[in-house]
Amino acid sequence: MPIVIKSPADIERMRAAGLLVAQVHVRMSEIIKPGVTTAELDRVAAEMLAKAGAEASFLGVGGTYPASICASVDEELVHGIPGPRVLKEGQIISVDVGAYLNGFHGDAAVTYPVGKVSRELQDLIAAAERCFWAGATAARAGARLGDVSAAVQHEAESGGYSVIREYGGHGIGRKMHEEPSVLNWGDPGTGTRLQNGMTFALEPMIALGSAETRQLADGWTVVMADGRPAAHYEHTLLINDDEPIILTAPA
Amino acid sequence: MAKKDVIEVEGKVTEPLPNAMFRVELDNGHEVLAHISGKLRMNFIRILPGDRVRVELSPYDLARGRITYRLRT
Repeated sequence: MPIVIKSPADIERMRAAGLLVAQVHVRMSEIIKPGVTTAELDRVAAEMLAKAGAEASFLGVGGTYPASICASVDEELVHGIPGPRVLKEGQIISVDVGAYLNGFHGDAAVTYPVGKVSRELQDLIAAAERCFWAGATAARAGARLGDVSAAVQHEAESGGYSVIREYGGHGIGRKMHEEPSVLNWGDPGTGTRLQNGMTFALEPMIALGSAETRQLADGWTVVMADGRPAAHYEHTLLINDDEPIILTAPA
Repeated sequence: MAKKDVIEVEGKVTEPLPNAMFRVELDNGHEVLAHISGKLRMNFIRILPGDRVRVELSPYDLARGRITYRLRT
């Protein structure tokens, strides 16, 4: 399947979906605090999406994903299923939100601190975001996917963090997951040439310890094998001649 | 939502092993050790030697896979 180039009309719709995702994240940042359950976060997100006339992109993914958001705490990397888990001071939680509005998806994830967190975890969160910007800066028409992947990897590893290999970003548009795979590691000068109108979700995932992951028995939650925390930061972006346009940025 | 990076290949089951694992000879000649995916298990689909199957491999461990589909012979 070739990579789908979006038309200006498509992009407008993707921006609308992306803006909604951004609004949900703003609300998440307001309500994430010690004592809140991950189920409550999901409930709030689901309500916001429904009110805007959108669907939750994640609900039903793989035939079985049961919620509107992913809520992954500490050593959980991605795809944590919201539930009765109560957030505690000092934890970090990565919330991934997907909105399907008018035929197009938006997808963004942020790792939030819960109350006051250690310096080490603050740095981890900031590093994940920096890795995103390093990748985004390299993402322009004419560059190659490998340039983006290498930029993310380089930023992560120079900070002393490890880069998760098995999971990565993806093309996005009418479907949540489209070609290409946007890995967080790779070699510059390799991979597909980026073109104007391509849209993808760039989502660096980095860890304090080793990059090895395993999956829990629920069939979804991915955790770091060594039990040490990991962070995730994601936006949906549109390739341009210069800097990409962040479709999931707040207004 | 992060996308899992996998390689999908096909092959023939050569030998059943304990713990519902199987040896599968891939079309490219390589042999892998594979387990059955949860979906096949849940639907009580039996895998027997000689079956052609689809296998998901992680690029980081090409000797192990997950049988995700039993193909019609």
